[in-house]
Amino acid sequence: MLIPTQIEQKLDRVLLKVSKPGRYVGGEVNVTVKDWDKTPMRVALAFPDVYDIGISNVGLQILYDQVNDRPDALAERAYAPWVDMEAVMREEGIPLYSLESFHPVRDFDILGFTLPYETLFTNALNMLDLAGIPVRTVERTMEHPLVIAGGHSTMNPEPMHAFIDAFVIGEGEEVIHDIIDAVKKIKMSLRTRREVGSEAISSLEDADCFATNRAARNDLLLALAQIPGVYVPSLYRVEYLDDGTIAEVSPLVAEAPKKVIKRLVAKLPPPPTKFIVPNIEAVHNRVSVEIMRGCTRGCRFCQAGMIVRPVRERPVAEVVAAAEAAVKATGAEELALLSLSSSDYTNILELVTAVGEKFSGQHLSVSLPSLRIESVSIDLMEKIKSRRTGGFTLAPEAASERMRRIINKFIPDEDIINTAREIYARGWVTLKLYFMIGHPSETLEDVQAIADLCKRVLHEGRKVAGNRIKLNVGVSTFIPKPQTPFQWVACDTPEKIRAKQVLLRQEMRDKNIKLTLTSIEDSLLEAWLTRGDRRMAEVIYSAWKSGAKFDAWNDQHHFDAWYAAFNEHGLDPDFYTYRQRRTDEIFPWDHISAAVRKEFLFQDFRQSLEGQIRIDCRQHCFACGILPTFTSVRRENPGDHWKCPEVKSPARKPVEALPVL
Amino acid sequence: MSRRIRITFAKTGPLRYIGHLDLHKLWERASRRAGVSLAYSQGFHPQPKIQLASALPLGFSSRCEVADLWVEDEPNPNLQNELQTALPSGIVIQNMLEVEERGPALQTQVVASEFEVTLLEEVDAEALTRRLSAVLEAATLPRERRGKTYDLRPLIESLAFSASPAPSLHMRLTAREGATGRPEEVLAELGIAIEDTRIERTELIFI
Ligand code: SF4
Repeated sequence: MLIPTQIEQKLDRVLLKVSKPGRYVGGEVNVTVKDWDKTPMRVALAFPDVYDIGISNVGLQILYDQVNDRPDALAERAYAPWVDMEAVMREEGIPLYSLESFHPVRDFDILGFTLPYETLFTNALNMLDLAGIPVRTVERTMEHPLVIAGGHSTMNPEPMHAFIDAFVIGEGEEVIHDIIDAVKKIKMSLRTRREVGSEAISSLEDADCFATNRAARNDLLLALAQIPGVYVPSLYRVEYLDDGTIAEVSPLVAEAPKKVIKRLVAKLPPPPTKFIVPNIEAVHNRVSVEIMRGCTRGCRFCQAGMIVRPVRERPVAEVVAAAEAAVKATGAEELALLSLSSSDYTNILELVTAVGEKFSGQHLSVSLPSLRIESVSIDLMEKIKSRRTGGFTLAPEAASERMRRIINKFIPDEDIINTAREIYARGWVTLKLYFMIGHPSETLEDVQAIADLCKRVLHEGRKVAGNRIKLNVGVSTFIPKPQTPFQWVACDTPEKIRAKQVLLRQEMRDKNIKLTLTSIEDSLLEAWLTRGDRRMAEVIYSAWKSGAKFDAWNDQHHFDAWYAAFNEHGLDPDFYTYRQRRTDEIFPWDHISAAVRKEFLFQDFRQSLEGQIRIDCRQHCFACGILPTFTSVRRENPGDHWKCPEVKSPARKPVEALPVL
Repeated sequence: MSRRIRITFAKTGPLRYIGHLDLHKLWERASRRAGVSLAYSQGFHPQPKIQLASALPLGFSSRCEVADLWVEDEPNPNLQNELQTALPSGIVIQNMLEVEERGPALQTQVVASEFEVTLLEEVDAEALTRRLSAVLEAATLPRERRGKTYDLRPLIESLAFSASPAPSLHMRLTAREGATGRPEEVLAELGIAIEDTRIERTELIFI
């Protein structure tokens, strides 16, 4: 393996051959570069997409700070090189390296992938390969970094089970430390053992060393499996029924829990403020503060809403202080206050007032995504924005009463029209509306309703603001995600989606409407990957081998490779997408739990079939599973920063202390 | 009224790989980090008032880039230090002075650039000197760039080779609007691959 100075020298000679070389050289403000030799635990954090996208990922920044705050560990970053750079690296023999110190990623103790969405899977394989790390977990030894992964897509980790040694299920802030500790313990004992036995080197001892290595890796995997929220797939066996669905998933060893329950942080830790400032243009040129985690609305299609429970808020003062610190540390020109549903933040008015006052006149643009469709939202936006640039975004998702009931997002037409009219009247030129099509019970009439609603919005807008107004309509395609009430539902067929998209295009021909649709193939690929079982791993492997990568990019399509891969392994892609699930089906992800009970999800699914609305669970707890799973956590963390009811009952006494009757 | 501060700075290391627009952003953000209030343009999309003298091609280092920043603050003797601390390590301020606020745009003041090209591969000095003379003696050097033909010769003001301490070329190329000589074009004319060189801008010549 090359050493850092060799890598830097080689880079110097080749970087001008590639586009955007600034992606590959680091040197940003706010990076942490620790002494490699004096830091025992080295963690490489990888985002498997190009730098300009990965640099804006907050999850990676959080972990970067968590690890670097430990005196015994360092964290450095790696992103996926774009195709031109990859070719140069392979040609020149440059391995995947870290941007802080130019060490090969292979030299780290842990390699952690952030996998927020499934279309990054092939890139993760490609990065392993570029790093010179065996792509398959079975081929790795203690000489390789431990490969871990986390992020929303790992709520169904099975399609990636063959490539990742251990998955983090849920929130990573605390569990990353447990993992580092476990790796450190094993590595330290290995090092002492090696020092003791290093007098003579014979082939016999090599074999011995190999055995020690194997044993150490086994010990490590067993130790990891016992950490709450860590899933070690190699310790489980999956059996299938004749129809290809799952018969049983069972742990192979006592150390592996039958169900891996997600980790969560009881109280949100202070948010990152020392954001790494890219020297080149990134997709999001902004810093952000997460004001709240989770959402209580219960929209049935939304995976985040189901898996990020419970809702936890940060106090206003903490958000404002963090925003100020982040802007000061980065010099950013844009600040985003992030959450799944800003309007639901308890003290939202107080927060936007404080932020508006703090930054007025500082040429900072503040954004507040995910606002409810009501005129109060316009007041909020006016408070934080001095100018009406960038457009106003609302997400009605559906336009017919029937669909609104099915998806559990019920916003009456009148509310949408009134809010839209008000937005135009108060001076915004552009309104963006987001909808979703493709639920299998959706008809063409339901889709027509979307077009009708948009035309009405435009008509009303013109009345108050004239012909200069713009309406951007984004229509995405529904994908039934794991761990949601729709996990039993099939995908709409491409023919039906196409017909719906054609209808939308025909109906929304207006020079003031800009319609954006998701490509049918993109949705298909996401559906396979998100709903896949362990057998999908071979499909991913073969597709990657025949060139699939950057699957999230519209210009990098490799669908032939994907279909060929399904074929090669005798799997039917339609099995994963167009099949309504049996009510008693065992899903590939059932042994992974977001602490929301399957029975709860099923009940919600049944209610959706009956068109029944479930109200915000802040008003009425539906016992989704969070509270029973985290009873003691909630008991120890009372107060209204959690939006679940408090647990009043005293902790149950240990069983042996109960009087014998 | 804002004051106009002229900064001469070196651009080295990883910062060699960031372009002209990104450099604008870099100064904007560094100013905000340093607590310097930049003046902004009027209008619907106010932009910070920053001018850069002359675009430096990607990959080149420089000891002599120049930027003008319009600031709203009172004179601050510590400004250079405060800005330097806020800059990434590849940008090093050489000096700073206040200039006439209403003077002409910085870009219009540059007439030529000097470059030092270090040759990383072994060269046959004699052959190179011969090629150099041929270039200098030519009446015209027609070349094609991005589908347009132009004459490189009048853009070369001077060109010399020195064998020590390290083999290197020194050239002065015009840098006026619409008449900017590019070192890589000169290198191509000499048959030297750009990967085999390290290029640094050593001086910007002003009117
Ligand atoms: S436990 Fe109750 S309040 Fe908490 S998230 Fe679940 S349904 Fe909502």
